[in-house]
Amino acid sequence: MQFETNTFPKTIDNSALSSLMRDVLFALVPGIAVMVWYFGWGIVTNLVLATVFALSLEAIMLVIRGRPVVAFLTDYSAVITAWLLALSIPAFAPWWLLLVGIFFAIVIAKHLYGGLGYNPFNPAMVGFAVLLVSFPVEMVNWFSPISNSMASVGLAESLQLVFAGGSADLNQSQNPVLWDAMTMATPLDTIKTGLTMDKSILDITQGEAQKTFGRIAGAGWEWVSLAYLVGGFWLMYRKVISWHIPITLLVVLTSISSIFWLYDPQTYNSPLFHLFAGGTMLGAFFIATDPISASTTPLGKIVFAACIAFFIYLIRVWGSGYPDGVAFSVLVMNMAVPLIDYYTRPQVFGANNE
Amino acid sequence: MPDIPIYSIKGGVHPEFHKKESTALPIATSSLPERLVVPMRQHVGVAGLLMVKEGDYVYKGQPLTEQPKGLGSRVHAPTSGTVGAIDRFPVPHVSGYTCPSIIIEADGKDDWGEQHLTPIEDYQTTDNELLLQRINEAGIVGLGGAVFPSAVKISSSSRSEYHCNTLIINGAECEPYITCDDMLMREKADEIVAGMQIIIKMLKPEKCLIGIEDNKPEAIESMKKAVAAIQETARNGNFHNETNDTTVIKVIAVPTIYPSGDAKQLTKLLTGVEIPKQKRSYDMGSLCHNIATIHSVFTAVIKGEPLISRIVTVTGAGIQQPQNFHTLIGTSFKHLIDQAGGYTDKVERLIMGGPMMGYSMKTDEVPVVKATNCILALPKEDLPYSPDMAMPCIRCGKCMDVCPVDLLPQQLYWHAKAKEFDKIKGYNLDDCIECGCCSYVCPSKIPLVSYYRFAKSEIREENKKKKQIEVARQRFEFREFRKAREKEERDAKRAQHKAALQKKKAAAKKAGAGTDKGADDKQDAIKAALARAKKKKAEQKTAPRNTENLTPAQQAQVDEIDARQSQNATQNTDNKNSDPKEAS
Ligand code: SF4
Ligand code: SF4
Repeated sequence: MQFETNTFPKTIDNSALSSLMRDVLFALVPGIAVMVWYFGWGIVTNLVLATVFALSLEAIMLVIRGRPVVAFLTDYSAVITAWLLALSIPAFAPWWLLLVGIFFAIVIAKHLYGGLGYNPFNPAMVGFAVLLVSFPVEMVNWFSPISNSMASVGLAESLQLVFAGGSADLNQSQNPVLWDAMTMATPLDTIKTGLTMDKSILDITQGEAQKTFGRIAGAGWEWVSLAYLVGGFWLMYRKVISWHIPITLLVVLTSISSIFWLYDPQTYNSPLFHLFAGGTMLGAFFIATDPISASTTPLGKIVFAACIAFFIYLIRVWGSGYPDGVAFSVLVMNMAVPLIDYYTRPQVFGANNE
Repeated sequence: MPDIPIYSIKGGVHPEFHKKESTALPIATSSLPERLVVPMRQHVGVAGLLMVKEGDYVYKGQPLTEQPKGLGSRVHAPTSGTVGAIDRFPVPHVSGYTCPSIIIEADGKDDWGEQHLTPIEDYQTTDNELLLQRINEAGIVGLGGAVFPSAVKISSSSRSEYHCNTLIINGAECEPYITCDDMLMREKADEIVAGMQIIIKMLKPEKCLIGIEDNKPEAIESMKKAVAAIQETARNGNFHNETNDTTVIKVIAVPTIYPSGDAKQLTKLLTGVEIPKQKRSYDMGSLCHNIATIHSVFTAVIKGEPLISRIVTVTGAGIQQPQNFHTLIGTSFKHLIDQAGGYTDKVERLIMGGPMMGYSMKTDEVPVVKATNCILALPKEDLPYSPDMAMPCIRCGKCMDVCPVDLLPQQLYWHAKAKEFDKIKGYNLDDCIECGCCSYVCPSKIPLVSYYRFAKSEIREENKKKKQIEVARQRFEFREFRKAREKEERDAKRAQHKAALQKKKAAAKKAGAGTDKGADDKQDAIKAALARAKKKKAEQKTAPRNTENLTPAQQAQVDEIDARQSQNATQNTDNKNSDPKEAS
């Protein structure tokens, strides 16, 4: 009897790429839920639009590049990129903002570099960085989570906001007072602005502002971060990500911020604030851990994450203009990955008793 | 007896083991096929010279090839009959590879004639050299898959500067589906232990550790019993030897994890010693032999039978009635599969070996060889792989987590795919044991090992070519040099001749003139001496090597040595790569 032959393995584990990616999406759900609680439909519109744009652009690029469309669309990698970007930018972001961001993420950062697996930079962060640099105003318009002001905005109105700049009373240019009342700078922003005006942290966070700052790192935001932390731990438990990157990142960030905080608590924020403010948790568990653009060796991951933490702190405290530094830190370290990987190769079996 | 701790290995995977299918029935003895195909080279090293010719009648156990001088082994007639064609026939190997083979048309008598080797019952008092010679002439090679000549392994160990203090008997059998060692341990434990005693006698190790994966409780039980029995005999003093009772023998259940059965990995599990990269295990004072190999040592020494049969597992969902068969070497796969009830309708692929490291076969018309531990027939459902399923590597690092030798499979893959072979060496491709753990876990379903095999063979080719070019260059230079020197010699001779002639003429002239002064002669002599010195100097300048005054015979010798060296070098790399599993 004749048989076909090939050199492929005759048995494999049934973990598939798509199920790994799906796990990442599941792990984002708690964070998303909390954000929806605070920001309402705006988060949903962000996610849906980003997903639709990402899948469409991915499909177009696959067709152009002559790649199997279905196999790659169902690997969920484009969806992850879309979600990470959608969750990083303000709720109720206008559709074009999302489109531009996703375009840079999927088309430029991913496909022009060779598609899945070949992109040296984290696509979502490329999209985010481009938006932050090009549209700084739109990128800081976070609605206030305190009064749940936007959580009460209905779906119809939300869509209007996103697609047509809002109805008469919700339009920024037509009703700037209301708009101003509802939007607010994020805690990181507030701190930074306050510090540049020579206020002490106590001054900045006192009085009226106390509401903004909640217990540790900003009302609402601390819960969002906590939810991401939960999702992140679940990913580690599922062995989708290893502990190296998130834990190192958090530990190093805590250490650096502790040193400065102990030195002068009026100028430097507490480590807890740094852990739970801004994009720390999302960055540590979901962004820096993107395997494609991160370092791949165990030691390399530690170096990679430690440097990111260092840069995050640097940008948050001394970087001019940008309140948070997760995106830039990750992108900077993405560049160093090939070097880190090469110099952190593990010792081969038997190499240490030569 | 001191307790022996179990160490851990890095990485590894837990595939579905599928051992139950083929252990339901005891080992059966395969029926005698009409025709057997015995490949001349079934082992690491070279094949021996042919000892029979077409039409010869051979008895069972009669050697068919001589024991080769260098590394290699010999083969024997598995049954009595007539030698048919001697030609290249397909052997179980990837891509329908053929090998010079001897066909035996069986006469059905299965007659040993006078071909039994003298049984050495009293091996305890037999000289080690004799035992070694027996293992050698019986054609025993590692039956765990590496097929490395066992005698070479043992003698290297006894000659090594490090005394072999740990003898490891490999009964881990970590590959899914394969159960031949398991069944052998269940059914022939005393014979295995007797074979082990022979090796212990030869090497006098301090410890002898039998490592068996803990998913084979029956085998562990039966081996423990057999070991206890010999220890009992030794205690009762019926066992006359000075060494064996000082050797601690222990059966150890090792955790079930693939690839615990790799020699270096098992050594690590049992002794905690990581055998260094470029070394063999005997350099570290340990030696690892597979269960089936040990059993064949028993058969060769105690029964005087060369290695002409082995246990083969025939299994997989593509086989009607999976079972183990005691099979003569040279029996075709088809013959065995028929005895296992034939194929099921769903059969899709035929594999020699296990699903992790085995090779796809094109046809079942290939003979069982010494390396054939398992014939696996799988239906489509059990073959989750298809080439177009592969997605890009997302550098998730899962492959790295399971790699038992701590390589970076993702980086190896990256460079292998890009054909950056010089870069790949920096990532230690040489150390890859092709265990397949990385391919097994890869979520992108990339056939990683295929890429490594490809890269390895490319690198081997490249090295071969480089070496050939180097040899050719050296030869060319040498030839040019020889030509130049010959020309010089000729010129010199001619000059001498001329001088002689002139001298003669001059002498004649002088004679004619009638006046003779010795001064002229003297000056000539001085001139000639100067010229000689000059010439010598020049020669030294062009050829500082001391090969300048070779006779043609010597030159031929040099050429031959060069050629041999280059051949050896390529052969060595071949060997190194053909025994990934048990090469220690
Ligand atoms: S397991 Fe596969 S996808 Fe993951 S790093 Fe290794 S080769 Fe790449
Ligand atoms: S096949 Fe090679 S690279 Fe892959 S896990 Fe085994 S040793 Fe490591």
